[in-house]
Amino acid sequence: MFLWFHKLGSPPHFYRIAGNWLPWLGTIFLLLLVAGVYGGLVLAPPDYQQGDSYRIIFIHVPSAWMSLFIYMVMAACGVVILVWRMKIAEIVLISSAPIGASFTFLALATGSLWGKPMWGTWWVWDARLTSELILLFLYLGVIGLHGAIEDKRVATRAIAILAIVGMVNIPIIHYSVEWWNSLHQGATVTKFDKPSIHWSMLIPLLLMALAFQVYYLLALFQSCRAELLQRERNSKWVEELIAK
Amino acid sequence: MNLSEFFNMGGYAIYVWPSYVLAAIVLWNFLIWVDMLFMSGLRMSSRR
Repeated sequence: MFLWFHKLGSPPHFYRIAGNWLPWLGTIFLLLLVAGVYGGLVLAPPDYQQGDSYRIIFIHVPSAWMSLFIYMVMAACGVVILVWRMKIAEIVLISSAPIGASFTFLALATGSLWGKPMWGTWWVWDARLTSELILLFLYLGVIGLHGAIEDKRVATRAIAILAIVGMVNIPIIHYSVEWWNSLHQGATVTKFDKPSIHWSMLIPLLLMALAFQVYYLLALFQSCRAELLQRERNSKWVEELIAK
Repeated sequence: MNLSEFFNMGGYAIYVWPSYVLAAIVLWNFLIWVDMLFMSGLRMSSRR
C-alpha cells in the first residue's frame, strides 16, 4: 500500500496511470449520467408536495455534495504539502480548485432555481446558502492566490494553508440547517438510520452523485496531466514522452 | 405521460430545464477547457 502510494507520487507514473484511466472514467461517467438523468427525469414520480420542481435535486444535491468533498480533498492535500512536500499533492490541490468552484456554482445556481418556485425568492441570506457562498469564495481565493504569487513555492504553501483554514466552513455548511433556523430543508439522505426519501428518488440521486464523483476524477486526471506537462516540460521523462 | 407533459414538467419547466442545461454547459465546457490546456501543454513541450 505504502509502495503504491509512493509510486503514485512520482510524476511520470501518475501521468501514465491517469492517462490509462481516462477512457474508462469517461465511459463510466456517461453510463451513470444517462441512468441517473433517465431515472430522475422519467422514472421517478412527482413529489406529492413539490410536484416536478423537485427534479432539480438530481443536479443540486450531488453538486453540493461534490463542493464539500472536493474541498476536503484539497485540505487533505494541503496537509500532505505542508508535511511531506509531495509534488502530486500540489498538483491535485490546484487542479481541484476550479472543479470544486464549478460544482459550488452549480449548487448555488440550481438551488436558486429551486428556491424561486418553492420559497418564492431566488436568494435569502440563510445560514446554509451563505456558508455555501463563502465556500465559492474560498475556491476562488485558492485560484486567485495561486495565480497572484509569482514564487510558486510560496504560492503552494499559501494555498495549502488557505485550504486547511477554510475547512472550518465545511461542518458549518453541513450542520447549518440544524444549528440555525433555516428555510433550507434538513438532511434527508444522510440520515443513515432511515433516509426520508423514497427509493424511487434515492436511486437516481445516488446514480447522479456517483456520476459527478467519476466526473471529478475524469476532470482532475486530465487537469493534473496538463499541469504536469507544464511544470515538468524540461524534465527527461517529458522529452522521452514527446519523442515517442 | 406524453412528450408535451414531460417537457412542461408540471408547470415548472422554466426552473427544471435551465438547471439541467446549466449543469451540462458548465461540466462540458470545463472538460473542453481542461483538454485544451492539456493539448497546449503537449504542443509547448514538443516545441522545445
